[in-house]
Amino acid sequence: MSLLTPLARVRGLGSANEGAHHWWMQRLTAVALVPLLIWFVASLAFLAGADYARITAWIGHPVVAVLLLLLVFALFYHLKLGMQVVIEDYVHGKFAKLVCLLGNSFGTILLGTACGYAVLEIAFGGS
Amino acid sequence: MDSANRPLSPHLQVYQPQLTSVLSILHRMTGVWLGVGTLVLAYWLIAAVMGPEAYGTAQDIIGSWLGLLFLFGWSYALFYHLCNGIRHLFWDAGYGYDLEVAARSGWAMVLFSIILTVLAWGLGIIAGGG
Repeated sequence: MSLLTPLARVRGLGSANEGAHHWWMQRLTAVALVPLLIWFVASLAFLAGADYARITAWIGHPVVAVLLLLLVFALFYHLKLGMQVVIEDYVHGKFAKLVCLLGNSFGTILLGTACGYAVLEIAFGGS
Repeated sequence: MDSANRPLSPHLQVYQPQLTSVLSILHRMTGVWLGVGTLVLAYWLIAAVMGPEAYGTAQDIIGSWLGLLFLFGWSYALFYHLCNGIRHLFWDAGYGYDLEVAARSGWAMVLFSIILTVLAWGLGIIAGGG
C-alpha cells in the first residue's frame, strides 16, 4: 500500500515524471498517422514515374504541403517514441542507453526538421 | 537470482513461438525497419529541394531493381505496422483480448496488410504505365 495521498500520486507522475504522456502521445500520433499514411502511399502510387516538375508541383500544392508537414511531424514524433521504448528495452548499460536515447532524440528531430524544411522550401521557394 | 541481474525485457528465446507473440515482435521489427526507411524519405524530399539533377539521381536509385525491392519491403512493413497498429488501438480501448479474437484479428491483419500492399503496387504500376 502506498503512503502517498492520491493527489501526491497524481502530481508525482511516476518515476519518469511524465505520467502517461509518452503512452498517450504514441497513440495520438498513431491515430493521426493512419489517414495520413494511407493518403501518402496512395498519392505516391498515383505519382509513380512522375517527373521532377510534377512531383515538386504536387509537394508545393498548399493542401499537400500542409498534409505533408503534419505527416512529417506525426511520423518522426511517433518514431522517436517507438525507438525510445525499443532502446529502453534492449540496450543495457547506463552509458550506452543514454547515448542511444540522445542519438534517437537528436536524430529524429534532425530528420524531421530536414523533411519539414524541404516541404516548406518547395512550397515557398518555387524551386 | 541476484536481484540486480534479473532480466528486464521479454526473453524471446525461452518461449515457444505462437501467432500472437510472433506478430508482436514483428510489430517492433517493422517499426525499427520503417525508422530506417525514414532516411530514404528524407533523402527523397531533400533531393527534390536540391533540384532536377539531384532528384533524377534519387529517382534512379529508388527506381532501380534493388531500390524497388527495398521499397517493396518498406511498403509491406508500413502496411503491417499500420494494420497491427490499429489492432493495438482496439486493445488500448479495451477490446479484442479474448484469445480467439486476438488470433482472428491477427490473421485478419496479416491478410489486410498483404491486400493493401498488392493494391498500392497495382495502383503504382497502372499509374506509372508499367
